[in-house]
Amino acid sequence: MKKFLNSADSFLDDALAGFAAAHPGLSVDPATRVVTRAGGAVPGKVGLVSGGGSGHEPLHTGFVGAGMLDAACPGEVFTSPVPDQVLAAVRAADSGAGTVLVVKNYTGDVMNFRLAAELAADEGLRVETVLVDDDVAVRDSTFTAGRRGTGATLLVEKIAGAAAARGGDLAAVADTGRRVDAASRSFAVALTAGTTPAAGRPGFDLPEDEIEVGVGIHGEPGRRREKLRPAREIVRGMVDAVLDDRPVERGREVIVVVNGLGGTPLSELYLVYGEVAARLADRGVRIARNLVGDYVTSLDMAGCSLTVCTAEDGFLDLWDAPVDTPALRWGV
Amino acid sequence: MDADLARSWLAAMAAAVTAERDRLTELDSAIGDGDHGANLDRGFTAVRDALADDGSTTPGEVLVRAGAALISKVGGASGPLYGTALRAAGRDLAGAAPGPTEVADALTAGLDGVRALGGAAPGDKTMVDAFAPAVEALCAGAAEGADLAAAARAAADAAAEGARATVPMRARKGRASYLGDRSTGHEDPGAASTALLFRALADAADRAGEAP
Repeated sequence: MKKFLNSADSFLDDALAGFAAAHPGLSVDPATRVVTRAGGAVPGKVGLVSGGGSGHEPLHTGFVGAGMLDAACPGEVFTSPVPDQVLAAVRAADSGAGTVLVVKNYTGDVMNFRLAAELAADEGLRVETVLVDDDVAVRDSTFTAGRRGTGATLLVEKIAGAAAARGGDLAAVADTGRRVDAASRSFAVALTAGTTPAAGRPGFDLPEDEIEVGVGIHGEPGRRREKLRPAREIVRGMVDAVLDDRPVERGREVIVVVNGLGGTPLSELYLVYGEVAARLADRGVRIARNLVGDYVTSLDMAGCSLTVCTAEDGFLDLWDAPVDTPALRWGV
Repeated sequence: MDADLARSWLAAMAAAVTAERDRLTELDSAIGDGDHGANLDRGFTAVRDALADDGSTTPGEVLVRAGAALISKVGGASGPLYGTALRAAGRDLAGAAPGPTEVADALTAGLDGVRALGGAAPGDKTMVDAFAPAVEALCAGAAEGADLAAAARAAADAAAEGARATVPMRARKGRASYLGDRSTGHEDPGAASTALLFRALADAADRAGEAP
């Protein structure tokens, strides 16, 4: 393992300290490990809180700021935050209008956020939870923990964040988040495994000439392993997996995210985006907005994910609304 | 079981988790994300610290406090699940020195708490596959009039057997479920750590030489 580390044990705290130094507009509490907007909760606005294991940066801390999250609670690498930590984030985000929790569908996240929501309710805080489950690589939710939450988390946080900024009430903001999740599907392919600082070696073994098709953002296995093929063929499979799971009518507009998993150069991501655009055009789908870059990563995993969100009523307007965070900034 | 035995049980569990940390991590790397050993080690170290001079006078209080420490220190799925198990058991356990039947009932409540939170059933390749047979053996031993040490030894054996029985299973809960058929052929790390929990109880009860 070669990483910029002082020690594996201090990795998260050291990284958060650097994040705090780089972003004086945000407030980082090293004791609770909660990142908030420096001004605190915005009076009258519904709070938006998310969190999860670290290692997916810029998710979630990089999305704290005007127009998106009010607070984020990063757990240990690939480990969900604990309930006390989520509760601290809810308290910081709550202005009296209630708080929406954006939770990726992973067993640990679901349990810890559920316990936190119960603790918050005990304190009289109003909380709604939006569960993100967009990864179509998981097909059979009867025999699994259900579809995983991945790239659509970014879309839910941006669009629900804009709805909150515009003064939507608790139920409306949560409903917006759920509609975005329902309209979104993702699929990822890994070329290499990521390495956690604690483990010190790659999370799974992938032969030099093979790829993991349908990989999860912690390196969970996907649908199958395949031999490495030309990008056009790999991308075609990704687009088809997404559209087969949730068909998009010809002529509909979508938001597309081609997301790097941490170890893939931007040039390759653009190459992938070009293939995605061509394949979607073949299928009559119109790309209204796009993002290309590292947003929901898996440490240093090489690979990418594709997220397609059908632009339902109001989504594009909310997507275009101003946002001012470390990782997403426009209209300001 | 009195408060001291509850403390020595959890201290024995902390020592066992530290000793077995690498094995748990290895099991978890095969079908999960490889952090089970580190997470439980962090959690039970926190439990040991929380119980160092906590002033609890009943075993129920000790278990509730230990469960709260796990929930607030571990994260992931194992923190809430083990924390809930101990808290639910502790809340059920009344009095300063409950007998084997009461302990068996309390751990049944712990199992119920785990199943309610995680939604797992026996056969899903989770900690329930070790926890359920252990509780069954504990209840059977208590019903036959065994002392806590003897009943706990039977429970520890049943938990170990239950953990081994997860090897051929196909996971239906938790992160291993994403592997589908590829999850077979590996022991479930949560079942393995549950076997440690019941072995620690048997060892602590043995040392306490507790009378029926």
